[in-house]
Order: sequence, then structure tokens, then C-alpha cells
Amino acid sequence: MHHATALLMLGCLATALTLYVPGLSTAVGRRDLIRSLHLWCGFALPVPVLLGLASRAFRADLRRLNRFGPHDMEWLRRADRRAVRRVGGLERGVVPVGKFNAGQKLNAAFTAGAILVMLGTGAMLAFPDPWPVDVRTGATFVHDWLFLIVAVVTAGHLWYALRDRGALLGMATGRVDRAWAARHHPAWLDAVEGAVEGAVEGAVEGAPTPPGPASAAERDA
Amino acid sequence: MDDVDVDDREPSGTPVGRRIVLGMLGLGAAGVAVGASLQDRVSETLSPIGAPFQDVLPAAGGFRYYSVVDEVPRRDPRSHRITVGGLVERPRSFGMADLAALPQTRLTRDFQCVTGWRVRDVAWAGVALPDLLDAVGVSPRARAVRFESFDGAYTESLTLEQARRRDVLVATQMQGGPVSHDHGGPTRLLVAPMYGYKSLKWLGGIEVTDRVIPGYWERRGYDVDAWVGRSNGRDDAPT
Repeated sequence: MHHATALLMLGCLATALTLYVPGLSTAVGRRDLIRSLHLWCGFALPVPVLLGLASRAFRADLRRLNRFGPHDMEWLRRADRRAVRRVGGLERGVVPVGKFNAGQKLNAAFTAGAILVMLGTGAMLAFPDPWPVDVRTGATFVHDWLFLIVAVVTAGHLWYALRDRGALLGMATGRVDRAWAARHHPAWLDAVEGAVEGAVEGAVEGAPTPPGPASAAERDA
Repeated sequence: MDDVDVDDREPSGTPVGRRIVLGMLGLGAAGVAVGASLQDRVSETLSPIGAPFQDVLPAAGGFRYYSVVDEVPRRDPRSHRITVGGLVERPRSFGMADLAALPQTRLTRDFQCVTGWRVRDVAWAGVALPDLLDAVGVSPRARAVRFESFDGAYTESLTLEQARRRDVLVATQMQGGPVSHDHGGPTRLLVAPMYGYKSLKWLGGIEVTDRVIPGYWERRGYDVDAWVGRSNGRDDAPT
């Protein structure tokens, strides 16, 4: 699910760049082909999430991403949100983060909203006939500027993901080790260990994703 | 979906995620509604800043490069020639010096793309197409003129009446210098009153024909008579 969406998103961004940056357009050309690729990636982008809705575990994750508790506000506010405390031989994060931290939640919400807006404005540009010129120009405006923001946020998401080996392993295998979970998602560890004795396991969709740049901005502040 | 939810801290709390998504949808709709006037202001603000931003920011003033092939071969202006043939009395080819020896026409017009962007006050110079047609003599059977890029990939055409307009040029200069390769040099067509796709780049051949043969984008659904503001479902101000 995550990987299919990610692949399509990168497909959209790569084709967008070649359509849009004059230097790349000059180098690559083939506008007709790149445009078709962009449209196919774009219209396919929401499909993995829609298919995922059939899965109960995925719906539960969506709900976790949607709801913000007091610990999320605390996580966003605190400069030392990554700090750990040694408890019984295990380094545990000081903020009781659940399966997703507030940055991951903001990233997920932003990405969902961006996909919908890009899909809507992109459909208007792909099928422009019913729309008056001003509305089309408005759609181009939104599609262009939101593209820049999406590119920055996606780059930030990748930046944090690629620096976190535990999270990468989790995304690749669907499993994370206990020490990593205790450090980054202590409340999730407690909940899982309360429900099941033993190691932390999640479904493939169940592995936590790295935080997005919203959290990054907070942390750097 | 409740029974797999082992993390009891999460299900309660404020639905911030949903609010962000709905907020973005609202902002997106508002952006579509007011984007046209906002974009104009952004372009005006950014256009004096110029080149460094034009590659990155959306429509910060300037041309966008749309190519339909992977690469266009470069032509050396010293050896470059365009051929003029078909239904003409004296078929021949013209080098840059031959074009320069014909009467020169200058005009400054906005350049409007059918996808919406517009570049204000572009200065062009070259040979007005009617002057070039007079130099070869048009047959009485002629009804239209067909243009081909020198890589053979792109074609365009005009009716003979359109081709006889004084604001249709074989352009050899743009903004006071030679037409650069990326802008379609050494020679390109400029059909000033029509959308940009009519202004064929990398002009290599002109053929006078007995009927209009639709060009590259016209076979893909664009209007053959591409008057700015009166075609392709658009109402831009005429150029």
C-alpha cells in the first residue's frame, strides 16, 4: 500500500519535473509520452489507498493517523521530543508516542489532502472543455504551487526516512525490533505487549513510517 | 475495526487529520476560484527578477519549453537553409544571408500559449511570409502553405489567405538577437495572431499546397484556425 502509493507519487513528481522545469524539458522532450505517463500515475495515485480501505488493519491505522491526543501536541511542542529515559534496561522515549508520532500524522494528512487537490485540479486540466478559462488558470495555479510544496514535503519525508535504519527495516519487512519501538513508539510497545506477550509484530501496513518534515520544522526550531 | 486496535491511546482525541484534509480541499477550491488573478500578480512581481527564478517558480514570466521529440539536432546558421517548394513558380532554398537580403519586417507582440501562459511584448524580426512567397511566385492553384521542422517531426499549416498576413514571419531574430536553438532557431515561424503551437520552431521547409493539411497538434485535437481568443475554447485577449 505505502510502496505502491510512493512509487506512483514519485512517478508523478518525476514526470512533472520533466514537463515543468525548462532545463529538463529541453533535455528530455517527448512531451506527448511524458504527459500520458503523468496522467496515468496521477489517476492511479489514490487507487492503492482505496483498495487498502478493504483491510481492517489499514482502517485502524487511518484512525490512529487521524486522531491527535495531548501527547501529540506535547510531541510537536517539545524541543527534546526524541529524548529517551532508561527504564528497566530499555531506553524509552519520554513522550508516550503511539504507533504514529505527530509528524507522521501531519505528513499523512497533508499527503492525503494534496493527493485529492492535485487529482481534482489535474482532472480539470486533463479534461478542460467544461471549464471557463479563469477556472482553468486557477486550477493551473493551484496545481503548480501545490506541486512545489508536495515536492518539498516528499523530499523531507525521504530525508527523515533514509536516516532512520529501524524505520526503513520496518517498512521493508513489516517488523521492528523491541528496542527501536521502545525508543520511538513507547505507548505502542506497551499497548502491543499488553495485548500480546512477546515480540512486536505488525502487518506490512503496520510498520510505523518515519515522520514528515512538519515534525522536522518543529525539531529544528 | 475496533477489535484489532490494540493501541487504546489513539482512538480518542481530536480528528486533526480529517480537518487538515478538509482544510486543504477548501484552500484548493479557493485557489481555483481566485488563482487566475493571483497568478497574474505573482507573474508581475517576479518577472523583473527574471532568469534565476524562471526555472523553478510557476510561470514567473517567460516561455515554457514544450518539445514533442527527444532531441532536436542543432543547425549551424552558416550552413542552414530553408527550402520553399510545392505549387510555386521558382522553387529554391534560402540561407540566412538570402533571408537577410529580402525586405525585413519587425513586430512586437505578446506571445500566447494555448495552455495559458503569455509572454508580453516579444520583439521579432525576419521576413514577412507574403514577401517570401512573392520571391518564389505562388501558383494560381495554391490554397494553403505547409511548414515542416528540419528534424521532420513537427508540421503546421495555414490557409493561403492566413499566410499572406503581414504579421506572419519567418523569424530570424528575437529580442534583438538571433533566435536561439531552444526558441526554435536559426529560423522559426511566427504566426503572431494565433496560439503558440502555430509558430513552428526549427523551420526547415515550406511547401505551398492545394489544401490545408492539419499539423502535429491539430491531429491531436487542437483547432486548425488557432486565432488567439477565438479558438480552442479560450477567450484570451487577442495578440
